Amino acid sequence: MSRLRPLTRALLGAWRFLRRDKKALVGSIILLVLLVVATFPSWFAHDNPAAEIYTPGAGLSWHHLLGTTSFGQDVYSQLIYGARQSVFIALIVGAFCTVVSVAVGITAAYSGGLIDDTLSLVTDVVLVIPTFPLIIVITAYVKSASFWLLVAVLVFTGWSYGARQLRVQALSLRNRDYLLAARARGESSWYVITVELIPPMTSLIVANFLSAALYAVLAASALQFIGLGNINTESWGTMLYWAENNEALQTGLPLWALAPGLAIALLGSALALLNYAFDEVANPALRPVSVKKMKKRMRKLGASA
Amino acid sequence: MRFLVRRLGFLLVALWAALTLNFFIPRLMPGNPAESMMARFRGHVNPAALHALEVAFGIGGHQSLVTAYFEYLGNTLRGNLGISTSYFPLSVTSVILKALPWSLGLVGLSTVVGFLIGTAVGAIAAWRRGGKMDSVLPPTFIVISAFPYFWVGLLAIWLFAVTLNWFPILGGYSETAVEQWSWPFAGDVLTHAILPAFTIVITSIGGWILTMRNNMITVVAEDYVKMARAKGLKNQRILWQYAGRNAMLPSLTGFAMSLGFVISGAILVEYVFNYPGLGFMLLQAVQTEDYPLMQALFLLITVAVLLAIFVSDIVTAILDPRTRVRA
Repeated sequence: MSRLRPLTRALLGAWRFLRRDKKALVGSIILLVLLVVATFPSWFAHDNPAAEIYTPGAGLSWHHLLGTTSFGQDVYSQLIYGARQSVFIALIVGAFCTVVSVAVGITAAYSGGLIDDTLSLVTDVVLVIPTFPLIIVITAYVKSASFWLLVAVLVFTGWSYGARQLRVQALSLRNRDYLLAARARGESSWYVITVELIPPMTSLIVANFLSAALYAVLAASALQFIGLGNINTESWGTMLYWAENNEALQTGLPLWALAPGLAIALLGSALALLNYAFDEVANPALRPVSVKKMKKRMRKLGASA
Repeated sequence: MRFLVRRLGFLLVALWAALTLNFFIPRLMPGNPAESMMARFRGHVNPAALHALEVAFGIGGHQSLVTAYFEYLGNTLRGNLGISTSYFPLSVTSVILKALPWSLGLVGLSTVVGFLIGTAVGAIAAWRRGGKMDSVLPPTFIVISAFPYFWVGLLAIWLFAVTLNWFPILGGYSETAVEQWSWPFAGDVLTHAILPAFTIVITSIGGWILTMRNNMITVVAEDYVKMARAKGLKNQRILWQYAGRNAMLPSLTGFAMSLGFVISGAILVEYVFNYPGLGFMLLQAVQTEDYPLMQALFLLITVAVLLAIFVSDIVTAILDPRTRVRA
């Protein structure tokens, strides 16, 4: 019972946050739906996405909700099965980037001195080198990048922004009284960092996870679109690759190219909306103000004066 | 002065890191792709050029890694970037110089336009906090900036070029046009640039709006803004001359930082539109396995971004004395 309580409290907190913030609500619903689709694609589509067995270039119909490709594949089925790679890449890269950012940013801020200088320099250098051309150069040598190589490259190029932000916040927390007190009590660095330093930074860490995930979705689908992912797997990016190479837009099959793009955009928007909402949690100054409430308050002030 | 030295030092370290990455990436990859490229070269190139390529990719075998590395650094610093395999026998430098103006024009112009519009919208949104514009525009553009650049490009092509037939689908100019300085050619280039430029502006604008809005919200609460109001200054004057000017400073630093992102997006936009700039060339180099050209383009893009960041640091330091002290 007592073990459940923090969890229930967290869930209640999340629910209150979602009820208050429409952006967060919309974002979470989209993300949840996509997550279910990505995990259980066979619940939603019955056709084999790779099978080239239907009339090529067919329009919309009950059998083919979004028509077929010029190879005779079912577009809707490809869309459903393609969700897995994009959603999982987002979550996995987001998670790994966050771990690296937290480790580097907090180590730098907590240690100070030479360690801080070195880590900050590395962070800044990785931050300024344009990532997308670098990813292109790395993957170009491998020809068709496997899932995990893609993840590795995206994490390698995507952690620096978060590390920099987290370092700044950890620096501002480092000399607060409660942290000094913990150290004076003789607590270990590990305890101070995990129990005292990280919890107040949660909202920034979550925001970092979301922006890293967003970055991963866009970069991964872009790579797949230009043919640098594995072009034989099911993903929204590879769908776009085949559609573009067969001039889907010019040959009257616009849905083949527009649908996967819309799906990527949907996933991206969900992450961006959640991120925007978390920004407002992390920084109360940004919270939306209601003009009506403000006018009411002004009137009250005026009445009492 | 100390600030300048520090920033210059950072510029050099970052440049060195980019050069080193460029040197080691082809060596770390499995299957030695450079080796297979060299095989195509033998017998077609004069020995000196072949040697330069061997050094650049670290093959040939009769050199230690360290010597190869320093020879590569020397070659690159002298601007000797090797020969393009797909545009053989042209040098990489001459190939790049042909594509450079297209990218500078398209990306440069649309970045500046996006920055100006985004900053203005962000400032006004924060000024009328909770107003109609503030509750509609920022969230809308946040969503749009989460769209894939290339998909927005495809959408624009499908809508405005294929369906409505208002603009040409592909290229930087018509195939029939003669490349020369003339009004008809300039007009031709302009109509080809509108859709790609529109794509870059519409997807990059959200970032500027958000940064400016967030800065502006903090600045509007400052005492000197209240002071300006108390003096009874006109709203427009407070908005732009008092609050806006100060809120723009972090945006300016962000401007250079985001340039990397914009260029990434622009690569894809150029690819979608077959626009004859550096990004399109980079992806073509990837497809034709023209590694010398690909690596040179990566370096050039990196150098451009690093220089832009350096310049914006200097400009920010001139405009804002606080940054000089902090550094």
